[in-house]
Amino acid sequence: MTSPGDVTRLQALYLTMARIRAFEDAAEAASQGGVQAFGQSASAKPALVRGPLHLSTGQEAVAAAVCAHLRRDDLLTSTHRGHGHTLAKGADVTAMMCELYGRANGTNKGKGGSMHIADFGVGMLGANGVVAAGIPIAAGAAHALKLRGTDAIVACFFGDGAVNRGPFLEGLNWARVYGLPVLFVCEDNRISATTPTGPMTAGAGTSVRAQSMDVPSEVVDGNDVLALDAAAARLVAEVRAGQGPRLLHAVTYRLKGHVSIDPAAYRDPAEVARAREADPLLRARAQLLARGVEAAAVDALAARARAEIASAQAAAEAAPWPAEHEAYEDVTTVGAGVWQ
Amino acid sequence: MTQVLSYAQAAALALSEAMSADDTIVALGEDLGRGGVFGQYRGLQQVFGPQRVIDTPISEAAIMGAAVGMALAGLKPVVEMRVIDFALCAMDEIVNQAAKNRFMFGGQGRVPLVARMPIGIWGASAAQHSQSLEAWFAHMPGLLVVTPATPQDNHGLLKAALASGDPVVYMEHKELWGQTGEVDPALELPLGRAAVRRAGRDLTIATWSRGVGASLEAAGLLAAEGVEAEVIDLRTLWPWDRETVLQSAGRTGRLLVVHEAVRVGGFGAEIAAVAAEETGVRIGRVGAPRVPVGYAQPLENVSRLQPARIAEAARALLG
Repeated sequence: MTSPGDVTRLQALYLTMARIRAFEDAAEAASQGGVQAFGQSASAKPALVRGPLHLSTGQEAVAAAVCAHLRRDDLLTSTHRGHGHTLAKGADVTAMMCELYGRANGTNKGKGGSMHIADFGVGMLGANGVVAAGIPIAAGAAHALKLRGTDAIVACFFGDGAVNRGPFLEGLNWARVYGLPVLFVCEDNRISATTPTGPMTAGAGTSVRAQSMDVPSEVVDGNDVLALDAAAARLVAEVRAGQGPRLLHAVTYRLKGHVSIDPAAYRDPAEVARAREADPLLRARAQLLARGVEAAAVDALAARARAEIASAQAAAEAAPWPAEHEAYEDVTTVGAGVWQ
Repeated sequence: MTQVLSYAQAAALALSEAMSADDTIVALGEDLGRGGVFGQYRGLQQVFGPQRVIDTPISEAAIMGAAVGMALAGLKPVVEMRVIDFALCAMDEIVNQAAKNRFMFGGQGRVPLVARMPIGIWGASAAQHSQSLEAWFAHMPGLLVVTPATPQDNHGLLKAALASGDPVVYMEHKELWGQTGEVDPALELPLGRAAVRRAGRDLTIATWSRGVGASLEAAGLLAAEGVEAEVIDLRTLWPWDRETVLQSAGRTGRLLVVHEAVRVGGFGAEIAAVAAEETGVRIGRVGAPRVPVGYAQPLENVSRLQPARIAEAARALLG
């Protein structure tokens, strides 16, 4: 592995971020008219990506930097806003896009969609439709890794809203009590659905809460992929060395609405404009240019990402639907066939 | 070799045998190192160590959630919820996570966990320690529901639950722990197969858990009047053994469903409805009134299964 700050490494991080951005831009476009909510009505023609689609646009640096320090045998739990984590952990983008399209050859055979996307083949144990639910699951997976005596670790992503749910307390306490190899990553986009998290959170919030349970934590600019890369390097090394859980608090900003059809009109336009200037892809681009990389080379990386995603999207459109009998598969083994 | 064991000892033996044979099995919950609140883990931590018989904080959501994570990462956890009433603090973890993962991940993740949630009235423990919520879990796709009534079954069914590969809500009864009986550890029991505890020609009683003993007592009262009741112990509520129940009910022409749970919306309603659809036999139901379980003995008795009331319901069905 190259060291943080290295140009080749920064290019790789940028490419991961560009792939996440391209994936979500494409999924967003394919989702319009797919759900009736937020003052939008469903269109007569069903969208290709149906249902709620939670975009992490603007938060890509967190997924890219943390996952760059994970091995294939490391495990990961994610949130309802989990495309970036899944992609950065190494999932196949065509299988991911097929899942969003609800097709038979999706990562989950079309049974989960965006909110439950998972790829166990790369250690991605699932996005989760319930805020904070992945935290105890991550602790348990880490518990299993520790009992098996491996040096693999678990990365557990959650949002700022999750720190006000009980499983945050229970899961961090568990991980500390048993000294488990978990890197908790609070991807703080500063908004809980459509309500700013700050006024809803007592005290100083995430990091102080973690420290009160003796889980060392570090606060990082979540839009600065270099800073994140350096912090993740330190924390992952400590977790892998058996020092117990750590928490990375990455402060970022969700550029889109709660779901893809939410125009997020409840936000101050000036705040959004400032956030656009702090777009992590623009910052990573500037960092590459400052290190002597040609603008054309950076643009080529972004174009490569878009081409890859366009190809995944074409494959997803042509992919078959799941057969109806799949609705009855993988419920339970005992009792299979007894549906009524 | 057959031995006489209590319901609690039978479960401890089953778990001990399973843990010896499969080192991916772990147990986790509060006070397990001290044998569990009912003695059903007695001696196990001494044998298997605190890494495999894990004492936990009072954190039901984390106990169940961690067990889901353990299962996804290759272990087979036995989860102790102490009493089912506390499992309500872990409902997201069991219902949204454990029950759904295999399906919603397209078969990638299996959750082979056994969640032990003792049900039923536990003398003078009042409303928050006395519930029978089996219908909630039987309603939920992705879960198996097991309700052993005898020491033999608490041995065989626990082993079957551990071998099932899917999440099992395993409901022992809080007042059966001291019940003793012959246990043959070599006897393998499948999930989903009922046991006929008493044969009879006049009516069929379908029941489970604590209801088995109460129904057998009721059958004794009826026998003294010349009425022969067949008593079927379902043993597993999902999947339940329709064939045995429907065949018996079809033969006797009358089906009485008996459970300690509240009658309204209880799992007995499901059995009664299927029997009505499939056989058209006369149907009766005995269950608790829709009230919280009271503390004082006369109030608790209102919710307890009473053999005399079961016999009365049987007579009404025969009349």
